[in-house]
Order: sequence, then structure tokens, then C-alpha cells
Amino acid sequence: MSEPTVSLRHLLGLEGVSAQDIQVLLETGFSFREVLERPIKKVPTLTGISVVNLFFEGSTRTRISFELAEKRLSADVTNFSAGASSLSKGEGLKDTIQNIHAMKMDAVVMRHPVPGSTWQLSQFVDAVVINAGDGTHEHPTQGLLDMMSLQEKFGRLKGLKVGIIGDIAHSRVARSNIFGLITMGAEVTVCGPGHLIPPYIGELGVAVNGDIDEVLTWADAVNVLRIQRERMADGIIPSVREYRSRFGITNERLARHRKEVVILHPGPMNRGVEIDSDVADGDQAVILDQVLNGVAVRMSVLFHLLGPRESEGEPPLHPEEET
Amino acid sequence: MGEVKTILMDAAAMERTLARLAHEIMERHQDLDTLAVVGIQRRGEFLARRTVDLLRRHRGVEVKFGTVDVTFHRDDFRTRLPSPQVGPTQIAFGVDDLHIILVDDVLFTGRTVRAAVNSLMDFGRPASIELAVLVDRGRRELPVQADYIGQRHPTSENEHIHVHVVEVDGKDEVLLMEYSE
Amino acid sequence: MGTITALPREVLIKGGMLYDPITRESRKGDVAIKNGRLTEPGEIGADKAKVIDARGCIITHGFIDIHAHFREPGREDKETLATGSQAALAGGFTRVCVMPNTDPPIDGPEGVRFILERSEDLPVAIHPVGAVTKGQRGKELAELLEMKAAGAVAFSDDGEPVQDGQMLRRALYYTRDLGVPVINHAEDVRLRAGGVMNEGALSTRLGLPGNPALAEASMIYRDLLLAEDTGSRLHVPHVSTALSVDLVRHFKERGVTITAEASPHHLGLTDEAVRDFDTHAKVAPPLRSEGDRQAVAGGLRDGTLDCIATDHAPHTVEDKEQDLIQAPFGMIGLESAFGMAHTTLGQMGLSTEQVIDLLTSGPARVMGLELTPLEPGETAELVVLAPDEEWTFTREDIHSRSRNTPMLGMTFTGRVRATISRGSWFTCR
Repeated sequence: MSEPTVSLRHLLGLEGVSAQDIQVLLETGFSFREVLERPIKKVPTLTGISVVNLFFEGSTRTRISFELAEKRLSADVTNFSAGASSLSKGEGLKDTIQNIHAMKMDAVVMRHPVPGSTWQLSQFVDAVVINAGDGTHEHPTQGLLDMMSLQEKFGRLKGLKVGIIGDIAHSRVARSNIFGLITMGAEVTVCGPGHLIPPYIGELGVAVNGDIDEVLTWADAVNVLRIQRERMADGIIPSVREYRSRFGITNERLARHRKEVVILHPGPMNRGVEIDSDVADGDQAVILDQVLNGVAVRMSVLFHLLGPRESEGEPPLHPEEET
Repeated sequence: MGEVKTILMDAAAMERTLARLAHEIMERHQDLDTLAVVGIQRRGEFLARRTVDLLRRHRGVEVKFGTVDVTFHRDDFRTRLPSPQVGPTQIAFGVDDLHIILVDDVLFTGRTVRAAVNSLMDFGRPASIELAVLVDRGRRELPVQADYIGQRHPTSENEHIHVHVVEVDGKDEVLLMEYSE
Repeated sequence: MGTITALPREVLIKGGMLYDPITRESRKGDVAIKNGRLTEPGEIGADKAKVIDARGCIITHGFIDIHAHFREPGREDKETLATGSQAALAGGFTRVCVMPNTDPPIDGPEGVRFILERSEDLPVAIHPVGAVTKGQRGKELAELLEMKAAGAVAFSDDGEPVQDGQMLRRALYYTRDLGVPVINHAEDVRLRAGGVMNEGALSTRLGLPGNPALAEASMIYRDLLLAEDTGSRLHVPHVSTALSVDLVRHFKERGVTITAEASPHHLGLTDEAVRDFDTHAKVAPPLRSEGDRQAVAGGLRDGTLDCIATDHAPHTVEDKEQDLIQAPFGMIGLESAFGMAHTTLGQMGLSTEQVIDLLTSGPARVMGLELTPLEPGETAELVVLAPDEEWTFTREDIHSRSRNTPMLGMTFTGRVRATISRGSWFTCR
């Protein structure tokens, strides 16, 4: 059993998070999976703790997943969804920071369209900050839940061959996956249209391969990224037809590979674009496990970041002591 | 650091004590089919397993076995636990209408037992819950008492009791430790 | 830390080394100033004169910054001609060329005259740069000839690159006989593609839009071809990439009459300064890689680049408190310029005198300005430098109205001890 403490104060990204910390977060994630399968899925762990979910960008799924995780830990939850409108009105980070400060929150879960915004927030508030996606930077809990789903399926991450398919350049999911998986000893190949692969991505320790069929032959699992419709509106992706035929995880393409490749997708899916409906609903996909693991691993993150603190009154119990 | 003041039980004494506790359980529960033995993580798990083994040996019945980890139900995990070691909670049976024996190594403040009872309630509505402990060291902070007690040993503030089991610690023994400030 | 006050009637700078960037000669000797003019030490009363102990110091011509933003008119909350002049004086500068991207932009002779009138009594000389196009919009040529007549020393749409090649070509032909340079902020805005930092491994890690080196280099290449074609004076500002340095070197070897500058922040900082999402390190062109940094410093060493210019760009606290996408580009640079340049170029093997050349004779040559000779009878336009002094740059060193710089806390070797200019002096405590 590894030492079950996490050295992090905030979870701002998976870059720089140690293998040991990731291991502990995943292990506790599995403990919470067990809680989520009980008839009563709520534990009193974070009773009296206040958490605010601060979403400056629409995201129903991630917000619900965090909210569920918080509620199942018995935390007091406040939701604050400020659309792009309030950002454009000039209600900047500074005001947000000061409001959080004034509200005496214990933790802030923040989604924001600008890379680094959660890092900036963490510099100015006492609360624990959890990044729920900051622009095209990171989405660390997504990275953790993807790793948890792979760990569940394969029993290991070390040496696992994982392909990440799609718009790597604009994907925070890709970055968090890359940082986490490389730390845990997995091999990562990114695959997608050439102009959506950042030119320096190799320096993050990943391989690049533009041929989806070669990647499927090589990989144990592939994480299929959502293609943003804006990319098509911008004329960056010529057509659904071409994307689907070159990079889509289609029935026919999977059928050509004898190997059972596990399919992940962070959702929401564009069925018929980056992934076929039959694939998404098929045996190889773990997409619904990812959803459940998402709640469990977010419970784990909240548990560890809001967990043991310096004792204020009573002395800490001796590690071996039972009470 | 603490030093060993007395060995309260050696391996043989521990074996005898567990055997006696098993007999007391059998005396009170004729129908072992409605019984379940649940160990509190971490060392309670192994004491519970041995109790199940003893019941099988004497009655030839496989009593339901489970484990419960109480970390998520602790009221003091933020301030008093040095680091949360979360072990598995495995209750692979419906608890409704069962008589459950909770097994732990040491009974002290009662907070762990309170948390374990709450945790068990998340799985359903047992007919009853009883508590078996190897050592009761007193100094309760909640109105909790054990139904089956291996040994009573009231302790002072500086004294702690460490139960070692062969599965975790390589050796069966119960130690009375004394800590200086 | 330091104060700016009226220059005493008599000043004696004792025990230092005098370096003249015109003759490139050094000599030991005391420097005497009476009523703002250089004089023989014997001419002043040693008991009445204010004495500066300059042992270990170099006394030389005041620095010239050919690239600063003083924000007046329009954004006096960021800087004014007056506050910018204080910052300049504290940095050892006695002359500053101010860029025209004010509100409204300086795009006609009235604007040029406004700047000159507003700066008549300031402690440093202000030289206005006029816009190349009306409103800096890149569509219509501004009144370049009238602005030159009114006192503009150069033309630039700085901040806004002249994207339209035909427009820049016309501007170069139009100004060919004026003898003043056209300065084009060299970035292809389409290739820049919203980049807020250098495109590289770090921008990839941080998920921030990257501005590739080639956005600058390709624009410089075009501009250099236009300079060769027109035979006009083109000056390339704030060269930041190795590719750009190579291009400038190549065109100079071909005999094209071009000049180029580098900014202290591109000499001393790399994109690592953005690591912690520090908006103070957001600047255009961006802080680049270590290889680029060394190439730019190398360009100054071998003469490919002609001078150092600060690109002093003040912004309010509110502006820089925004996130990295919204925060504006730019950092202040006057007060830290000598410390930063002297420290990093010293590490590259340049002497203090060479650094002084890059801050005096170099920029004067680019702008066609005359240096004031260091001779008795001439106006005192001096800076006293302690080349070996190690110091930490702090908020107290900032005289600008703004304080947006990522350099606070950095330690430099080489410090401005005093600046004497136009009846005022700055002395460092």
C-alpha cells in the first residue's frame, strides 16, 4: 500500500503532479466507486465544508459530476454559473477572487475559458482551488478519470499504449491525459489532422502519428476527443465527411482491427463525426464507466485536498492507534 | 516515541481469547444463517476472518463475512487522523434483517464504532448490530459498549494499546505502550 | 531608489573615468559642471560645489532611447510625458523617442507640435515619432513631410504592423529623401494568430496561443526586401528571434542601409518568465527561447543590431490584473534597461563601453541625432554609472506612473548612479 497522503494543496493541472499522488488519488477513487455502488451513496465526510462551483463557461456534465461528488461527500454546495456575458462585461478575475475571499469558501471548483486562470485564482485565495478546465490548458479531473478507467480495465497504467485522437492543439483533455499518463509510465501517441497537432508536442514526451489505422493497430486504448463545431465553422476542418473518413472511429475501421482496443471519450460526443454511435454504445467503449469514475475520482480529489489538515486542538492520533 | 510497557497478550493468549469470543457468539446466536461478521478496517478485518474460521470449524457453517472502512464516516478525519488509509469496504450481501457482529481490535473513544454503524446503515437495515473487541481500553467519548470483550484494560492518557496481527505485522500480540510527552 | 531635483549651480564629479562615445576614448579625470554646462574643474569653487564621489564609476553621455511609449495624449493614467521623463532620467536616459500610438495617434504635424510643446520644460529631450498611416490604420499615408518639418524624427505605426506591403513600399519611397527611418513593428498578424507568448514547448504545455518566431521573421524579410528595393531608411524594432537576426545580418552584408534594435527584456528573459501565467511577461514581440535570446545578444555583439531600445510600455495595474488573454502587451523598461543590458551582455563578453555605445552612439546613428560633445562649454548631458555595483530592482526604483514589469526582484550588475540633463539631475541613493 502506498503512503496515502497527497502533497497537493490545489489541483490546477496534472503537469508536475507526482506518480505517487496520482496513485493515491486513483486508489481512493476506487474506494469511492464502492461507496457509489451502495444503496445509500452518501457519506458524511465533508460535513460542514463549503464548496463553490464557479463556471464561467457552459459545461453541464462536468458541473453535475462535481456537484454530485460534493453532495455525496455531504459538503455544502453553491453553484455560480457566469456565462461569457459577465466576462465580457469586464467582471474580471480580480472581482471573482475577492468575492470568493469574502464568502469564506473552503474550496473553489472553477471552469474558465482562459488558460492559467485557476492558477491565478490560487495565488490570491485561501480556499483550495480545483481546476475544472481552464481554456486550452488542463482539465485534471478528466485526466484522472480517464486514467482510473484505464486502470480499471487493464489493472495497470505502466507500459500501457494509449492513443489520443483529434484536435490536440485546442484540447485541455489531451494535455491532462498526456501529463498524467506519461508520469504513470504509459506510452502516448497523439493522432489528428496535422494542423491541429502543436508543433512542439513531442517535447511533452509523446509520439505523433497521423495515421489513425496505425495508431489503432498499436494502441491498447484510444481516447477520442470531441471535435468542436467551431473548428468547422472556422474552415479549419474541411468537412465532417473528410474528418470522419480520416480520423473517425467508425465501425468499419474498428472491424478491420482484430485487436480489442478500448475506446474512451470525454463527452459530449458528436456521434457520427469523431465516433460512430455503434462504437460508442459497443462493448469496447468504457464511456459510461468514465462518467461513474468521474464522480468517484472527483470525490477522491475533494477528500484528499479538503482532508487531513494540521490539527488545531486535539493532538493527532498515532498512526497505529485504533479508536 | 513510545516504548513497550507490558505484553498484554502473546500469540497463544490471543488465540485463546478469540476462541472464547467465538464461543460466546455461538451461545447467543443459534441460527448462523442470519449472522454476518464484519471487520472494521484495518486489523479488525483479520480478527473477523479468524472468527469466521472458528465458527466454520465448530458449526460447519460458512458465516457471511464483510469489511467496513470508516474513513469516510469519521467525524474527526480532518483534524485527528494523521493520514487517511482507506481500505476496502466489502459487504457482498444484503444486510437487511441480518444480525451483524462488528469486530475491531481495540475499543477506545467509540468514534470508530459510531462511524462503522453509520456506514453499515448505508447498506440497509440490519436486525441488530453487536460489537466484539479484543481489548477495551476505556476512556470512552461516546455512549458505546461492546457485547463481546477479550480483555478489559483501562489505560491512562499516555498509554496506548497496539494490536499486532500476523497478516499485517508478522506477529500476533497485544502491547501496552507508554508515550512520553 | 533615488531623487530627481534641480541641478545645483556647481557640480563636481570626482575620481571617475570619463568615456566619450563619440571618440570612443576613456580618460581619468574629474568632471565639473557650472550652470548646466561642462567646465574645467578649476573654474568652480570646491567648497560651494556639490560633489559626487565617482570612484569606480564611468561618466559618459546620457543614454538615448529610440523606442518608448509615454501614452500622452489619451492614457495619462498609464504615463505622461512628464512621468515618463522621470523614469527616463532614473534610467540614465537624457533623450527619448516617443511612439505615436497614443489616443489620438500622432499622425499629423499638430500632434508632433503638441508633443514638443508639452515636453519643452521636461528634464529629458523628447523626440516624437509620427505615424506612417492616418490613425495607424494602415489605409492612408499620413502627412509624413509635414510631420518631419514639425520635428518628427522617424515614422512608425508601432504596435500595429503595416500589413499592406504596398503601403509600406509607398511610405519608404515617399520618405526616401528625408533621411529619417521608417520603423515597422514586424509581425505578421495572421501568422501571429492571437498568440500571447512565444510558440514553443512551454506554450504547448500551458495551452496558451503561441506566436511563432516566423511571424516576426517573415515580416522582417518582407520589410528588408522593401528596404533594398526602395533604397530608403528602414529600421527594424525589437528584434526577438534568431531567424530575424540572421535576416538582418544577411541584408546588411548585401549592403542594404538598414538598422535594427533589441530590447533589454529580450536580452535577459525567455518565455520561461510566462511559466506562472505572469501577465507582466506578456509583451510583443514575445519573450522567446534561450537560443533566440543568445542570438539577439550575439547580434548586438557583432554589430548586426545597432542599438538597445527599451520599448517601455506602461500599463495600469487593472490592465495587467486581467487574465493572460485579455491583459495588454508590454512592460516598462527605462529604469531597468542599463542593469538588464549590462548584466546580460556582460555575460556575453561585452565591455561596459560597448554597452554604453549601444545606448548612446548606436541609437543616435539610427535616428540621425548628434551627440553632445563632452567638452567644456557644452551642455551637460551625462550619466554616471557604477559598472560593478550589484543591486536588486525593486518598486522603489520605478519612477514611471506604471509598474508593470516581470523584473522586480532581479539582481543586476551595473547601476545608474546619477543622470544630469537639462537643468535637472537624478541621484541614486
